[in-house]
Amino acid sequence: MSATVAKIDEVKTTAWAGGHSPFNVSYGKMMMWFFLLSDAFTFSGLLIVYGFLRFSSPSWPDPDQVFQSAPGIEHGAPLVFVGIMTFILIMSSVTMVLAVEAGHSSRATRKQEVAKWMFWTIIGGLAFLSCQAWEWTHLHHEGAWWGRNPFLNADGTQASTNFSNLFFTITGFHGFHVFSGVVINIIIFINVLKNTYEKRGHYEMIEKVGLYWHFVDLVWVFVFTFFYLV
Amino acid sequence: MSASHHDTAAVHHHEETMTKKKIWTVFWYLLGITTVEFIIALLLVPKGVFTQGIANVVYIILTIVKAFYIVAFFMHLKFEKISLALCIIVPLVFIIAFIVAMLGEGDYTLLAR
Repeated sequence: MSATVAKIDEVKTTAWAGGHSPFNVSYGKMMMWFFLLSDAFTFSGLLIVYGFLRFSSPSWPDPDQVFQSAPGIEHGAPLVFVGIMTFILIMSSVTMVLAVEAGHSSRATRKQEVAKWMFWTIIGGLAFLSCQAWEWTHLHHEGAWWGRNPFLNADGTQASTNFSNLFFTITGFHGFHVFSGVVINIIIFINVLKNTYEKRGHYEMIEKVGLYWHFVDLVWVFVFTFFYLV
Repeated sequence: MSASHHDTAAVHHHEETMTKKKIWTVFWYLLGITTVEFIIALLLVPKGVFTQGIANVVYIILTIVKAFYIVAFFMHLKFEKISLALCIIVPLVFIIAFIVAMLGEGDYTLLAR
């Protein structure tokens, strides 16, 4: 009897027998990956609806005509402002991954380094959101909003309101991700300053928020291509 | 070997990982690819070197290359176990199926207008 119980209670050690994670990552990191996978499906759904409506329309506004302004430049600067926004987001991804790298290191200054790079990541996120606020305000002043589209199609015909609806919905949903990313980054930044991760002995939490932050950058790469280039 | 002990080991154990040098290399790749996209959009298409159709194909290829660098290096997936990478990458096949289905349907809707 006791021998049978002992056999059942025996700890299984191989990866696929339930002994330990076959992925060799912690639970939190794995779940962040699967959350991001589900989020990828959400964004794909939005972008595919955009593709469907664009493919089923006889014509569509030319992005170089719609997005040709930057602060101080009213016309004739296509892609300039969105180029700055893209650069800001790539830069903030770099500072994020530098924070992860510092967290992995055993350097004496690791806490200060993580805090420094987290700080710059937050600044990058805020800069991106400010740029988006400017762009939305500018388009709103030109008469674009949900249900309203002042831009003509590339062939000169009247465009449907789908262009504005999709632009504000998709960049808005992405912007909301950036916003929540900044909030999470601020929480983690405060924890770094409070020595939470020094006491814990590792900075894995930086990796988890880093995954989220890079995903936001990843989505922007696709939004940039399909709204501003194609 | 308790579960908590193993989790800590997973956190600290990285045979191959990102160094500062690699981070900046990936940054220059991403910046370079974006610059190429801008050159196509602002110079090559207006001058008629590329048609918009060819440019769109190039944009999509370059976008996927950028996505690879972000996921593989910044998100570290290249250095994770292959089982985790497959669990994340393989389901994306469904997105491709969805794209093919919906764009075909969009074409048909235009035809049937």
